[in-house]
Amino acid sequence: MSPGPSVVPLPYSPDQVEQHLGADWSSVMLSAYRWMVLGRTLDARMQALQRQGRVGFYGAATGHEAVNVAAGLATRPEDWIVPGLREQLSALVRGHSLETYTHHLFADDRDPARGRNMPCHPTAREVHYVSMSSVIGTQIPHAVGLAFALRSRSDAGVALAFFGDGATSANDFHAALNFAGDLRLPVLFCCANNQWAISVPVSRQTAAPSLASKATAYGFAGTRVDGTDFVAVYGHLRSALAEIRAGHGPFLLEFVVYRMTPHSSSDDPKRYQPPTWNDEAAAHDPVTRLESWLVTNHLLPADERARVFTEAEASVRAAIEAAEGTPPPNPGSLTEDVYSPHVSAASSGVP
Amino acid sequence: MTELTLVQAVNRGLQEAMRADSDVLVLGEDVGVNGGVFRATEGLFKEFGAERVIDTPLSETGIVGTAIGMALYGLKPIAEIQFLDFIYPAFDQIVSELAKFRYRSGGQYPCHVVIRTPYGGGIRGGLYHSQSTEAYFCHTPGLKVVVPSTPADAKGLLLTAVHDEDPVLFLEPKRIYRSVTGEVPEGDVRVPFGVARTVREGTDVSLYAYGAMVPPTVEAAETLAADGISAEVIDLRSLVPLDEAAVIASVEKTGRAVVVHEAARFCGYGGEIAALLAEKAFYSLKAPIARVTGYDTPFPYALENLYLPNAQTIAHAARATARAT
Ligand SMILES: Cc1ncc(C[n+]2csc(CCOP(=O)(O)OP(=O)(O)O)c2C)c(N)n1
Ligand SMILES: [Mg+2]
Repeated sequence: MSPGPSVVPLPYSPDQVEQHLGADWSSVMLSAYRWMVLGRTLDARMQALQRQGRVGFYGAATGHEAVNVAAGLATRPEDWIVPGLREQLSALVRGHSLETYTHHLFADDRDPARGRNMPCHPTAREVHYVSMSSVIGTQIPHAVGLAFALRSRSDAGVALAFFGDGATSANDFHAALNFAGDLRLPVLFCCANNQWAISVPVSRQTAAPSLASKATAYGFAGTRVDGTDFVAVYGHLRSALAEIRAGHGPFLLEFVVYRMTPHSSSDDPKRYQPPTWNDEAAAHDPVTRLESWLVTNHLLPADERARVFTEAEASVRAAIEAAEGTPPPNPGSLTEDVYSPHVSAASSGVP
Repeated sequence: MTELTLVQAVNRGLQEAMRADSDVLVLGEDVGVNGGVFRATEGLFKEFGAERVIDTPLSETGIVGTAIGMALYGLKPIAEIQFLDFIYPAFDQIVSELAKFRYRSGGQYPCHVVIRTPYGGGIRGGLYHSQSTEAYFCHTPGLKVVVPSTPADAKGLLLTAVHDEDPVLFLEPKRIYRSVTGEVPEGDVRVPFGVARTVREGTDVSLYAYGAMVPPTVEAAETLAADGISAEVIDLRSLVPLDEAAVIASVEKTGRAVVVHEAARFCGYGGEIAALLAEKAFYSLKAPIARVTGYDTPFPYALENLYLPNAQTIAHAARATARAT
């Protein structure tokens, strides 16, 4: 991951970074870098394991790291994350353990949701990370309801809804923004626009000039942000959250990122992406962009950089080993956590 | 005749229907440039262009609602819903609009729409890429619901669907998209709705299945044959309309019935078969009707093999039914 000559530099002086990130800017940036490298390492490792058949599925978030890490770092414990497909890393940043998450990826007996979900669908209530389905868009109104509940209990906290560019075409996106605008709720809509919904480019998702502009129709504002620029992402999240906490109602942030992998482990982007895509995406790699800024500004000596990578590799390896040594969920767990009065009689094959 | 996989047969059926009639078009998510996430629409975009193979925004409501409008004018849209699990945003369009248009307009507005969608488990797809919820749609008057289990039926039923004046939900067993191959007739050879297929004749017990449950049911019948039990396997292939005569005739011969489906048991399609037999073949029955089904739980990821019926669980139930006195 050495910064290639083509990487687009982050356009800030240290002073400007301080304006966006606050007084502790250098520790925020280094912490962000560590988390981003962890996410990148986990993605690479899990994609390899998926190809070897050691996990059933994997949906990488490579290219989304700046958004996910900034969301983890800029939120407070009392905030809530209502994720879309690719925000797992923000759960880790908020304190969900990598080991537990990896048990989920292997759908083993120590997965808190007992192996019921496909990989990359973690549940982590302890860090206010809500359980998700695979259905695009359905989660967005849940953030609106959480925001209502926070306000009605006079609790501090903002609900953040995450979703992709494709999800902005789903019914529930529109219902959610409309409700949030009408009720002026403390909810932050975060669109991770990776410019593709599987094979459909965002230019074919909507004729609107931007996804951020959709907020206007619901009576509040939206901003488009370079989602591969950690400083911009963190800065916009910080100010949007402050505005919402001050009672100014909902807001929409559109983070433009590059999907740097296939849609998922069952996709072949060569069928639909232009040949220039990978180079463009590499130039906007959020990890190398941050890294090269840190190196240029003498905040990341070579030995420290090496240590970050070694530590990430080691913790991912340890988590995978622990998961691979864990048995699958107990068969009895199939019929738990669901009200189903007929379930015992329904045991398959017994007439 | 050509040897094709099930998904290739779907593709062939789409291609032939589109060549034969310029009113036929395809719309859905990723169906164009990408050829569909399962490749069912492979090559169509190249041959027919963007006006007849439409990559839509991510909205099932939009896909089905727009297909309805196209059909009101006289086009014959074939909508793809990427997974049956994702059809529910369009549920309102399907059950309130599509299924009722012809009836509520006194026949002025038939809705000539086909909805194709992959369904079912066994692909490690977890809660939302595995479900088998045909019963919701079978319960909705106005819809036809068909499920092929062979390549020839996939093409033949699809061609019938495209020519049917009524809306058709065409369920594709994705688990056997590529694992099942077979000879498929060339040209406009249609398989009629409402006609079941006897896969294997037998005299001791009738096994009813459809879609991806047909192969394990046949395997179970082979196991039973080794134990001296002669099982008849009926592939229903058309759930609405149902071939009642074939269902009844088999039990009149065997006196014993086992219904297999991967959907949850309670209020599942098997209940309808059991009710039909109780109403119209009661005096032929020599044993209680058995159902081998998914559990009445959401569809699990890690434990999907426990959830799904298989040749062993089907054979177990069939043996008990065949021997019950
Ligand atoms: C309602 C619904 N329709 C279709 C799908 C199949 N599908 C899964 S991901 C996806 C594209 C999502 O695109 P986007 O919202 O941009 O998220 P991204 O995957 O790019 O992060 C589609 C069509 C789905 N999961 N849910
Ligand atoms: Mg996207």
